Amino acid sequence: MTPYLAIIGARFRMLLQYRVAALAGVWTQVFFGLVLVMVYEAFYRSARASAQPIAFAQLASYVWLGQALFAMVPWNVDSELRAMVKTGAVAYELCRPVDLYGLWFARAVAQRTAPLVMRALPLAVFAAVILPALGLSGWRLTAPPSLAAGAAFAAALVCAVALACAMSTLINIVLLWTIAADGVVILWTTAVSLGSGLTIPLPLLPDGAQAVLRWLPFAGVFDLPFRLYTGALPAGALASVLARQLGWTVALVLLGRRLLARGLRRIVVQGG
Amino acid sequence: MIDALRLYAHYVRASVRGQLQYRASFVMSAIGTFVITMTESVAVWALFERFGQLRGWTLPEVALCYGMVSISWALCDALSRGFDHFAELVGSGDFDRLLLRPRPIAFQLLAQELTLRRIGRLVQGVLLLGYAAGAIDWTVPRALLLVAAIASSACAFLGILVLQATSAFWTINALEVWNAFTYGGVTMSQYPLAIYRSWFRALFTFAIPIGCTIYFPAVAILGRADPLGTPAITGWLAPLAGPAYLALCLQIWTLGVRRYRSTGS
Amino acid sequence: MRGARSGGVAQIIVEGLVKTFRIAERTPGLWGALRGLARRRYREVRALDGVSFSIERGELVGYIGPNGAGKSTTVKTLAGILVPDAGRCEIDGRVPWRDRIAHVARIGVVFGQRTQLWWDLPVIESFELLRDIYRVPPARYAQRRDELIARLELAPLLDVPVRQLSLGQRMRCDLAAALIHSPDLLFLDEPTIGLDAVSKLAVRDFVRKLNTEDGVTVILTTHDMDDIEALCRRVLVVGHGKVLSDGPLAELRAKVTRERWLTVDLVDADARVDEADTRLVRRAGARLCLAFDPEVVAPAELIRRITARHAVRDLFVEDPPIETIIARLYGSHA
Repeated sequence: MTPYLAIIGARFRMLLQYRVAALAGVWTQVFFGLVLVMVYEAFYRSARASAQPIAFAQLASYVWLGQALFAMVPWNVDSELRAMVKTGAVAYELCRPVDLYGLWFARAVAQRTAPLVMRALPLAVFAAVILPALGLSGWRLTAPPSLAAGAAFAAALVCAVALACAMSTLINIVLLWTIAADGVVILWTTAVSLGSGLTIPLPLLPDGAQAVLRWLPFAGVFDLPFRLYTGALPAGALASVLARQLGWTVALVLLGRRLLARGLRRIVVQGG
Repeated sequence: MIDALRLYAHYVRASVRGQLQYRASFVMSAIGTFVITMTESVAVWALFERFGQLRGWTLPEVALCYGMVSISWALCDALSRGFDHFAELVGSGDFDRLLLRPRPIAFQLLAQELTLRRIGRLVQGVLLLGYAAGAIDWTVPRALLLVAAIASSACAFLGILVLQATSAFWTINALEVWNAFTYGGVTMSQYPLAIYRSWFRALFTFAIPIGCTIYFPAVAILGRADPLGTPAITGWLAPLAGPAYLALCLQIWTLGVRRYRSTGS
Repeated sequence: MRGARSGGVAQIIVEGLVKTFRIAERTPGLWGALRGLARRRYREVRALDGVSFSIERGELVGYIGPNGAGKSTTVKTLAGILVPDAGRCEIDGRVPWRDRIAHVARIGVVFGQRTQLWWDLPVIESFELLRDIYRVPPARYAQRRDELIARLELAPLLDVPVRQLSLGQRMRCDLAAALIHSPDLLFLDEPTIGLDAVSKLAVRDFVRKLNTEDGVTVILTTHDMDDIEALCRRVLVVGHGKVLSDGPLAELRAKVTRERWLTVDLVDADARVDEADTRLVRRAGARLCLAFDPEVVAPAELIRRITARHAVRDLFVEDPPIETIIARLYGSHA
């Protein structure tokens, strides 16, 4: 367990050094959040609010949760690993006496969770406390409507992290063995951004699109936990959400391990 | 002046030649940017599908704003690599080399690279304009105003990047704060300025002229009355704000360079 | 160019340059970082503490000293990059930092560690860009370019992107690039660092000819004492922000120490050598090096004493290496 914890710990320590950069990032995300909330508010005031699948107050919370947990979405790839492959240093990774998939999964955990330390809390504080203090309470991050909703969110969030890391690890593995890596990254980033609710909150997409997206893995990272938080999905739906999240997590982990093993065998054969 | 223009053209030729050596990477990058920006456009379309209109603005009208800001940001982004990556230049000591050449520093930074892969976003902007063009009653003055507004907005964005580069003399870690105004500013300007709260509009009209350099000309090009109640001439005068702001930012930049040379690296 | 403007004012006049840097102090640990957010502590470093010298047109001057002694600060000030806190400097009648563009148009600078050429472009295209930056007329450029290509043997390199050049090739191209606009004054900062022996000789040869035949004033900043001994008749030693020595190399030696070194190769590697009036500098088996003061014991006398007592295969007398001289000079002013 220790080597995995060491990787995660190192990432946390490194990010703590860049406090100023983190604060600057928080400021940028505050700005983005404000713009998005204002835009959606303007849309809501243009139509009959009751006809929407999600109330504006819930959408505002959705937006702020998205900003706070932004780093969790596996839209970017591990550039260190890619560089290692390019230079051939990945051979060193293969020589380590630990389970390689586990190692890379730990890297993904670090990449997906460490940045949250410096960003999630300040953003949450801004959206929940400072906005109402400024007289903008219509835009704020509200608390979950019930204890059950909060608990459901917490459970779904943990599984969302696992799912995000499984996705992260998978894409990193896939990239090792593809020639047109740039093209794959483009497709991946687009799919993840759209499917998770990062580009636009899924409840605002056409109903037909939502029907498809809610079964894809991407939705389990952001959209489903956020809906539980805001109450757009009742707490009772937790079982279904968890099933989807865990189902995809297991599938992607198994797929990742299989691909990695196959790829390793290829390298060993070619390396000679 | 002619000499400076000829030198700039020479820099551009050299920069393009250098980038074309990595043709595959450039093409993939351009396509990637195009796909990502088009995805964002699809999101806007989806919002109009659901809500029908945006405080009285239709999708083609918003597409006009969106297309204008996409093109102006793509232009600025293509020209401004020297300023955007200025922190690296200072850190590596290569900035000293610029001081050793008998040309203004800002000129050298502007000429440093014409980043070709920004064409991905440029094409997206042009497509949006194409979509919006059908809803507009075109006249020659309006077409010229469109060009002026895009150029002016590009100047405004460039001004922000000049300020970002100036701040690199003092801090390297905090540079990301400017992303709020560049990337955030682009997102904000995609929609008509009128939909935002009055204090937000005021900030981006009087303090940083992004958004207003798109919005007011767009209103004039569309030939509609401004819901904010400004006189019709506003749209035609708005393009002056961008270059004026850039000139101001360059003055601040000059002060920054002076301070760097006095205190050393 | 040679003797074009003779008599009267020196080309470079430097008087009492003072430059202090404020360096932020970082306290380690979390508590230190938090405190650092509130109040920054600064350390003052006096990089230049009253530097004065003057250089005539056509001189080839070495500018040496330990790291942190103020060398690069001086060069940056003379080049017009830095503005000093106090003091006066005039180069060809211009104040470098005040008339930056006019000043840098007439100087060339080569940094050994960093190239000024465009990384992805063929060498010749870098030259052409520089021609336009420095506004060199086309005819003069063509002549100058061909001359530099011939003298530095750059013909096979012209179409090669700079990133593919070896260090030695890149240094020759950087030298040419710095001279495209025919400057009167050339700053060389570590020009032979990392170069192989052949390239070093080529660079030294070129710089020497540039100075003696074309009359270009050269200021050479380097840690490589072989460069100094090969090229410079005059050496400025700077330390602790001051000029510690200014004059010919021989004078520098004499100023610091009279000491000379006798190196002896003994037949018997284990022989015990215990010689009065000498100090053992180093010993490696059969070869040992003894320092002595020629006014206390004459070289001939010392040689006679040693050869009388030991079987000697070979011996020679030399001056202490210049690094030792500099270190002593620097240490004596600490």
